[in-house]
Amino acid sequence: MATNSAHHGDNYINHEKGLWSWLTTVDHKRIGLMYMITVMFFFLVGGIMALLLRLELFAPNTAANVGQVLKNGDVYNQVLTYHGAIMVFMVIVPGIPAILGNFFLPLHIGAKDVAFPKINLASWYCFMAGAALAILTFFFKKIDTGWTFYTPYSIRTGTATVMMVLGAFIMGMSSVLTGLNFIVTVHKLRAPGMTMHRMPLFVWALYSTAILQLLATPVLAITLLLLAAEKLFGVGIFDPALGGDPVLFQHFFWFYSHPAVYIMIIPAMGVVSELITTFSRKVIFGYTAIAYSSLGIAAVSFFVWGHHMFVSGQSATAGILFSFITMLVGVPTAIKMFNWVATLYKGSVSFDSPMLFALGFLFLFAIGGVTGIMLATLPIDVHFHDTYFVVAHFHYVMVGGTLMALMGGFYYWFPKMFGKMFNETTARLSFVFIFVGFNVTFFPQFILGAMGMPRRYFDYIPAYETLNKVSTVGSWLILTGFLFGLWTIVQGIRKGEKAPMNPWRSKTLEWQTASPPPHDNFAVEPIVTAGPYEYR
Amino acid sequence: MSTDNIKHTHSAHVSHHFKDANQEYDAGKQGIWLFMVTEILMFGAILVGYAIFHNIYPEMFAEGAKYLDWRLGFVNTLVLIFSSFTMAISISFIQKNQTKNATIALATTVLCGAIFMCIKYYEYTHKFHMGLFPGHLLDIAKVHPEHANLGMYFGFYFAMTGLHGIHVLIGMGLITWLLIRTIRGDFHSQYWLPVEGVGIFWHIVDLIWIFLFPLLYLVG
Repeated sequence: MATNSAHHGDNYINHEKGLWSWLTTVDHKRIGLMYMITVMFFFLVGGIMALLLRLELFAPNTAANVGQVLKNGDVYNQVLTYHGAIMVFMVIVPGIPAILGNFFLPLHIGAKDVAFPKINLASWYCFMAGAALAILTFFFKKIDTGWTFYTPYSIRTGTATVMMVLGAFIMGMSSVLTGLNFIVTVHKLRAPGMTMHRMPLFVWALYSTAILQLLATPVLAITLLLLAAEKLFGVGIFDPALGGDPVLFQHFFWFYSHPAVYIMIIPAMGVVSELITTFSRKVIFGYTAIAYSSLGIAAVSFFVWGHHMFVSGQSATAGILFSFITMLVGVPTAIKMFNWVATLYKGSVSFDSPMLFALGFLFLFAIGGVTGIMLATLPIDVHFHDTYFVVAHFHYVMVGGTLMALMGGFYYWFPKMFGKMFNETTARLSFVFIFVGFNVTFFPQFILGAMGMPRRYFDYIPAYETLNKVSTVGSWLILTGFLFGLWTIVQGIRKGEKAPMNPWRSKTLEWQTASPPPHDNFAVEPIVTAGPYEYR
Repeated sequence: MSTDNIKHTHSAHVSHHFKDANQEYDAGKQGIWLFMVTEILMFGAILVGYAIFHNIYPEMFAEGAKYLDWRLGFVNTLVLIFSSFTMAISISFIQKNQTKNATIALATTVLCGAIFMCIKYYEYTHKFHMGLFPGHLLDIAKVHPEHANLGMYFGFYFAMTGLHGIHVLIGMGLITWLLIRTIRGDFHSQYWLPVEGVGIFWHIVDLIWIFLFPLLYLVG
C-alpha cells in the first residue's frame, strides 16, 4: 500500500510486512485498522438485513408481488434480531472507540501506544471470536428474540439463544478490555505537559465511555450467563413458571444496556467536538463544560434504566422517579449542544465533508434528543411504547448520532490514517445521500408511531402504507450514500493524492506527526505547552 | 511477538512504550485494580439476584442451605485465607530476592487452590449423588423438596460457587505460570509486577468466597 507516502518512508503500515505481522501486531494503529475492516464488514451485513426489513414493509402482505419479501413472520423476526444484534454489539458499540479511539487516543495524548498493547490485540480477538459465535447461530438455529433477549420468550423459544448470548458475553469482554486499556492509558501515559485539562475533548469522551464500559458490562455479562443457565437448566430466576421474575431480567439487562447507549453516543460527541472546533477555526466554547458533561452523562446514565420498563408493571413511584431522572440526561447533553452552537457562532466555518457530517450530527441528534425527552415523559411513553416512534427515536440517536459522527471522524482522520487525500466531491455526495435518505427513512416513522403502528411487526394495516413506502425509499437513498462513502474510501486509499501532515490545519497533537504516523507515533516525544484548540 | 520493539534502553523488562519501570508498574497495577472492579461488579449482580429471591422465598433458601455441609465450606474458607497469606508473603520474598522461599510460598498457594477444588469436587459429586441439581434437573423423586422451587436455590448455589470455582482454576493456572517464571529467575527486587497482579486477583477471589460462604452455607 503506502510505501513512500510518509515523510521518512517508514510508517506503521509498512513497518512490517505480511498478513501475519498484522494478525500478531500490538501497534494500536494497526489494531484500529483491523477493527475498521471488521466493523465495516459487520455494518454491511447488518445493513443488508435493514434493507430486507424495509423491503418487507414496503407494502402490506396483501399486496401483489411486493407484499412478502421475507417468507413469513418468523423469518422477519430473525432478520430483525440479527439486524439489531449486529448493529448494536458489532457496529455501534465498538465503532468509534475501537476504530478511531484505538488509533487516535495515544496520538492525542502523545503516547507511543496504549498501556497494554497485548491486551489490546487480545480484545480484538475476543471481539472476533464473540462475533463469530454470534453470527454462526445464523447457520444453525436462527434466533428470533430481538437483540434484547427478553425473558420468558428467550427461555422458551427453541433457538440458539445460548450460543448468541455467549457471543455477546465474549464481545463484552472485548469491550471491558478496551475500556480498561483506555483508562490506564489516559491516567499514566500522557506526554509531559499534557494535563487532564489539555486533553482533546475526544479523549475526554473516550475516557468517560471507558468508565461506562468498565462499570456496566460486567452486569450484562452475568445477566447473559444467568440467561444461558436458565435456558440450559431451567434455574427459574427469570422464568415466572418456576417462581422467577421476568422483569428482573429487564432490570439487569437495562442496567447495562442503558448506560450502553451512552457508550454508543458519548464517543460520537467527542468526535463532533473535534470537528466543530477545527472547521470553525475557533477555540471550542466551554471546554471544561463539554469535558465534564461527558462524565455527567456517564454518571446519570446508571440511574435511568427503568424508563425502558414504564409499562412492565413496575410501581408508579418508580416510573415517576425514572421519568424525572431520565430527563436529567438532557442537561449535560444540552450543555454540549449549546457549546457546539456557540463555537460555530462567529467562527470561520468551512464546509468540508467532515464538517458536513458534524453539522448533520447536530441536526439529527437534536431531533433524537428532543424525542428522547418526549419518551422520558411517563404518560407520553405509555402511549408511544413499542411503536415506531421509539424506533425512529433510537435510530435518530444511534444512527443519526453515532454513524454520522463515525463517518465525519473517519473522513477527518482519513489523511492521517492512510497518508492520502480522498475525493471531496464523492465524500460530500455520500453526506447528502445519507443525510437526506436518513430523514426520508426515519422521520415518517415518528408519524407512523404517533398513528399507532407497533414496532417489530412484519405486516400492517393499509392506513400505514404511504408512509412506509416513503420510509423504504429512504433506505435506498441511505444505501446510495454509504456506497458513495465506500467508493470514496477505497478510491482514496488506492489513488488518493499524498496527504500533507496537517490538511485541516488542526491544533491537536496527532497532526504534529507524519501522515501516516511512524511505528512509534512521534519521532521525538512531544512536550505540550498549551491547550488543544489554540486557534485565536 | 514480532512487532515488539527490541530497542530496550532501560532495564530488560520495561516495554518500549513506557518511560521507566515505575511508570510500567503504576500502569499495570491500575489495570489490575480496574479489572478487579469488573469482577466485583459481576459477582455483585448475582448477589443482588440472590438477595431478591432470598427475600421472596426465605423458607426455600433455608431448606436448600440444609443440604450444604457448613464444615466443608468452613474448611475451604480457612484454606483460601491461608492461601492468600502464602500468596502475599511470596511477593515479600521476591522483593527481598529470596527466590527459593518465594517458590515454596507460591507452590503452597497452588496446593491450597487444589485442596479447595478437591473439596469442591467432593461437595459437587455428593450433591449430584443425592439428586441435587440446578433448576429443572433437580431430582424431585429423590429429594422430595418441601418447596417446589428448590431447584432455584441450587441454581444459585451452582452458579455462584461454579463461577467462583472457575476463577480459582484460572488463579491456579496463573500462579503456576508465576511459579515457572520465579524458578526461571524472572522476578527479583526490581521487578515483581506480575506476582503482585496475580496476587490481587487471588485475594479478590478469596474475598468473594468469604461472601459466598455465609450467604450459602450459614444464612438460613
